[in-house]
Amino acid sequence: MGNKEKKVLVIGVIGADVHAVGNKILYHAFTEAGFEVVNLGVMVSQEEYIAAAIESDADAIVISSLYGQGELDCRGMREKCDEAGLKGIPLLVGGNIVIGKQKFEDVEKRFKAMGFDRAFPPGTTPETTIEALHELLHMDGENK
Amino acid sequence: MKSVLLIDFGSTYTKLTAVDVENEKILATAASYTTVQTDINDGLLKGLNLLKEKTGDIVYDKCYACSSAAGGLRMVTSGLVPELTGEAAKLASLGAGAKIAGIYAFELTDSDLEEIENAAPDIFLLVGGTDGGNKECIINNAKMLRKLNPKFPIVIAGNRSAASECEKILDGCEVYVCPNVMPKFGVLQIEPVQKQIREIFLNRIVQAKGLSRAAELLSDIMMPTPSAVLQAMELLANGYGEERGIGPLVAVDVGGATTDVYSIADGMPEHMNTVYKGIPEPYAKRTVEGDIGMRYSLSGIIDAAGIDRICTLSGLTKERVSELAADLKSHTDKVPCGADELENLDFALASCAIDEAVGRHAGTITETYTMMGQTFVQEGKNLTGVKNIVVTGGSLIHTKRTAEIASFALYSGQKPASLRPKKADVWVDRTYILAAMGLLSSYYPEVALRIMKKELKYYESSEQKNQ
Repeated sequence: MGNKEKKVLVIGVIGADVHAVGNKILYHAFTEAGFEVVNLGVMVSQEEYIAAAIESDADAIVISSLYGQGELDCRGMREKCDEAGLKGIPLLVGGNIVIGKQKFEDVEKRFKAMGFDRAFPPGTTPETTIEALHELLHMDGENK
Repeated sequence: MKSVLLIDFGSTYTKLTAVDVENEKILATAASYTTVQTDINDGLLKGLNLLKEKTGDIVYDKCYACSSAAGGLRMVTSGLVPELTGEAAKLASLGAGAKIAGIYAFELTDSDLEEIENAAPDIFLLVGGTDGGNKECIINNAKMLRKLNPKFPIVIAGNRSAASECEKILDGCEVYVCPNVMPKFGVLQIEPVQKQIREIFLNRIVQAKGLSRAAELLSDIMMPTPSAVLQAMELLANGYGEERGIGPLVAVDVGGATTDVYSIADGMPEHMNTVYKGIPEPYAKRTVEGDIGMRYSLSGIIDAAGIDRICTLSGLTKERVSELAADLKSHTDKVPCGADELENLDFALASCAIDEAVGRHAGTITETYTMMGQTFVQEGKNLTGVKNIVVTGGSLIHTKRTAEIASFALYSGQKPASLRPKKADVWVDRTYILAAMGLLSSYYPEVALRIMKKELKYYESSEQKNQ
């Protein structure tokens, strides 16, 4: 690892969620920002993210969820990554990840307890996520 | 007259086809029995004499051959994730006409090595990682293979960044480096590796399998039989130049030990509300079912279909089916003579063999409900729009119920998730010319295509009647 030209991201929309537009926007934004992006599209299972991350030696997994069931869909993701040998891989999640109006600090806390490195509220711009990736992947000074 | 001789060295029969390429017709065909014990060249000489009786003395301008003799081309593969590079390696090998003697994923273990040594493959395909992706696995597996001091050639077609290191590790072995079978996630690139496999087959395996003496007679091409059949099917579907093909097709060869299925079709989702999952499958895809066959693998058919279904289709009792099945397994050369119990049993077995083998080859669709309403998830190829089915194999040729048996390849209300052709015309290869035409197509594609269109017996469209 480490000597690749570009950092590799695996992205996709988790669960029985078919929101394709945001996914395409993220793909373009991340590619534009200098990442190598493996886009799994919509209706992605935890296993698919993990399989793709193994083959592509990914540096981070970025999960989107827009239909409110994200919390259920993301449960156990960190444990499965550990099991599959992806120990410590940064996990990021964003979108409408829970149902109803909840305080985002609480939501964030719950996702962090599930092993996610970052959780983003609705309306987050791609730039915010990119910044977080730079920080998590110690890329400061590069590609900026 | 310009004539060409085409030979198919099989494990039980050597089949010969003499073609007049100027007049675009088959002069004669002949088959001679060859067993594992007898020299393959004896079978060839016998076959040549049989052919001579039919055609008289002919001097052939060219002679081409394919072979599945001596176990065919046996391969072992190792990839990283089973559903990704593991699957890509499998698809590449099957498409190159190989028989898979072992599939491994992730890091090879010492007990895997033991199995590989015992399997003694003709070729080992080492893959893993997308380009720029995981390197550890393929490098580890190269180191493990080195421990075996392998006598078999190794084809490396994994992560580009690890290829030269793997080559170094395997220094002293027969190693070939090819482009990655999966250069990017979800992109399948299997043609280069298949080309390499075919070359190795030609140079190395033909000699190892006692075919070199026969090779003196051959002008040029030599390929594994399934690869010749796949080539013929692509030609028949796609056409060549001005000569039109019949369009996308599914072909089934029901053999004594295995059943091969080929599909020449795009197979991507038909509707916008369908999401495709898994790696995209090749346009020309081949699968082999090792447990589905009319004699040696007959119990596999009964296991898959269930004995009740065999009884319903054959009209025989459970006891009788079991008795006949046991007898057939020990007398694999037994064939039905006239309308008897055995013919009914063979009808049921062949129907279920096609049903099962095509079911495994075709993709599936599942319906799910999301917040946005109904959605479909497709895995594998969608063959519902395919309008042609080509069938071959003794059990389909020597019966009057060919079209009925072939209809079991079609969509059935009982298995609505299986994406098989809805309605299709049936083409029957009565004279076993598919492999020969595949060989001929390397040099005379238009001739091979026209002969196939003429020789294959055609039945108008059918739908599956037996639910």
